[in-house]
Amino acid sequence: MLRYTIQRVIYMILTLIVIATATFFLMKLLPGSPFRNQEKLTPEQIQMLNKTYNLDKPVVEQYFAYMGKVAKGDFGVSFQFKNRSVTKLISTRIGPSAQLGLQAIILGTIIGITLGIAAALRHNSWIDYGATMIAVAGVSIPSFVFAGLLQYFLSVKWQLFPVIATNSENQLTFIGLALPTIALSVFVTSTTARYMRTEMLEVMGSDYIVLAKAKGISYFNIVFKHGIRNALIPVITVIGPMAVNIMTGSLVIERIFGIPGLGDQFVNSIYTNDYPTIMGTTIFYSFLLISIILIVDLLYGVIDPRIRVAGGNK
Amino acid sequence: MDKLLEVKDLHVSFKTYGGEVKAVRGVNFNLYKGETLAIVGESGSGKSVTVKAIMRLIPNPPGKIVNGEILFDGKDLSKISELEMQHVRGKDISMIFQDPMTSLNPTIKVGKQIMEGLIKHQKLSKKDAYERALELMRLVGIAQPEVRLQQYPHQFSGGMRQRVVVAIALACNPKILIADEPTTALDVTIQAQILEMMKDLQDKIDTSIIFITHDLGVVANVADRVAVMYGGQIVEIGTVDEIFYDPRHPYTWGLLASMPSLDTDEQTELIAIPGTPPDLIHPPKGCPFAARNQFALAIDYEEEPPFFQISETHFAKTWMLHPDAPKIEAPESVKARVRVMPGNFEKPIQVEGL
Ligand SMILES: Nc1ncnc2c1ncn2[C@@H]1O[C@H](COP(=O)(O)OP(=O)(O)OP(=O)(O)O)[C@@H](O)[C@H]1O
Ligand SMILES: [Mg+2]
Repeated sequence: MLRYTIQRVIYMILTLIVIATATFFLMKLLPGSPFRNQEKLTPEQIQMLNKTYNLDKPVVEQYFAYMGKVAKGDFGVSFQFKNRSVTKLISTRIGPSAQLGLQAIILGTIIGITLGIAAALRHNSWIDYGATMIAVAGVSIPSFVFAGLLQYFLSVKWQLFPVIATNSENQLTFIGLALPTIALSVFVTSTTARYMRTEMLEVMGSDYIVLAKAKGISYFNIVFKHGIRNALIPVITVIGPMAVNIMTGSLVIERIFGIPGLGDQFVNSIYTNDYPTIMGTTIFYSFLLISIILIVDLLYGVIDPRIRVAGGNK
Repeated sequence: MDKLLEVKDLHVSFKTYGGEVKAVRGVNFNLYKGETLAIVGESGSGKSVTVKAIMRLIPNPPGKIVNGEILFDGKDLSKISELEMQHVRGKDISMIFQDPMTSLNPTIKVGKQIMEGLIKHQKLSKKDAYERALELMRLVGIAQPEVRLQQYPHQFSGGMRQRVVVAIALACNPKILIADEPTTALDVTIQAQILEMMKDLQDKIDTSIIFITHDLGVVANVADRVAVMYGGQIVEIGTVDEIFYDPRHPYTWGLLASMPSLDTDEQTELIAIPGTPPDLIHPPKGCPFAARNQFALAIDYEEEPPFFQISETHFAKTWMLHPDAPKIEAPESVKARVRVMPGNFEKPIQVEGL
């Protein structure tokens, strides 16, 4: 297990290097320059600025200089906000994003799992058909469409929720986060519900459930002790793709609801060619994603004894 | 002998898109204390459905006990509530299934799976249940039970898993043990070991066994009585000797002729029964076996045969035993084994049901 983990961590670092490299060169293809009001600057001033930020050197040289600094944990200084390190920028922006993402994941998995179980236990009833319809709609419609609809009807038209997630002091409010959380959680709910239903149906029809019934175990214990646990195992694998969806979804949703999060910041940094921030945020997002996938894989081993032992014997 | 279980006119159906599959159509039998009753019959004849109905494990929907009584311990198991039934399952009646590879929950430790029933039915504490689980593991011949109880099913071989399943079934000293092809999925040596073990345990705890199998060799080995099922009905029932050495139903003849046994010599040809099982959605009017029966009489296509009683214990559902029926000889391979049964009546007597 330890060897396996170390191996996975090495792969993880390699993946990060590949992503950073690709992003670095692609980013250089972005049109525009990092300096605002470029028209008003003299060529000398621009040259001076380029020199300060090492932008006059060949791209490959810039790349190695950057990667060298990153290896030491230095992600540079933002072009947009002078004197603010990228690390600082990300850490102040991560809070609202993390809160939104976590809320959406928690809400989505709880509703999704419940819906999936209910649909499976009441197979071919109206609960089942209803849950299936919700799941199909939730997976196929992008979260920003929900966000727009929710905002239009609940905030603008009926004024039940605020349009913007923050209050006058620029602080996030619980009620303000409600709609973005719901919009973002729809995909999670649908995906979990769909998987949970399929897995639960299969588990409840399996031989060991029949044997558990033959032992005289109560329905409650059969569902909770024998059924749900086994049905949950494969569902864990979809947490990875869901996390991706949450992160990309939140880029747009943060914009719609004016949430001062990392996604909002990321979009801004692309508009303004803020190279260090683009790089820093990309590496951070990738790191987060790869870690989630690794954790999911390790978790899988903890929950499923068959995999635990297989890993241990290697 | 004490009657432990009485199945009366049991009908079980499944609602499917094609129509109502009448899987069990009027099954009657008794189970006596301490005996082993084998149920044989080809695939689809309703053996599993019959015993699952006794355990009330028929998936509903699509399945349903349409009619009949299952009398046990003063109760009709086909009528009592699900909650009452939970106290019968695993405690008074328990079951072993065909495939040990899939019968155990892969994510729960074997020990816990054995203890579960003990805690529920015998209200044992965790510690006492653990002690009893150790004892059961030794009883079914698993070495190092302390270690084994902490392991998961995938750490056990198929034969070992079936021993665990037997241990689970025997945990609460059930009055009836139902084994639905418990050795079919195992190789021959393991099969023999498991059968030997079951016989031993039966002597120890004096339980009655209903044993479903395709293997007539196994039947000869373990059973006291045999019920032959065809098309959702019992067509012949009697003691092992009566079924093996004095079979009366043409389907039983076919079964015996189609299966090798220790005393078949090289020359004896094994003959498969021609044709296919009856359509259970639209069962034939007369005898369900008529279409495949080379000896079928005209009445077999018209009217369902009644039971005829050949001895105190031997019954067969065929018109061939009617006094007016022409005398028909069993096929050579069967005739060769026929012996005179001392308990036979002078003539078969027509009876109502069993
Ligand atoms: N869930 C179900 N839905 C529809 N039909 C079913 C269902 N379960 C059983 N049947 C039908 O009931 C009939 C009897 O099946 P059963 O399983 O009792 O046969 P069996 O005698 O045990 O056969 P085998 O030797 O293959 O185990 C079959 O025709 C089968 O198609
Ligand atoms: Mg069967």
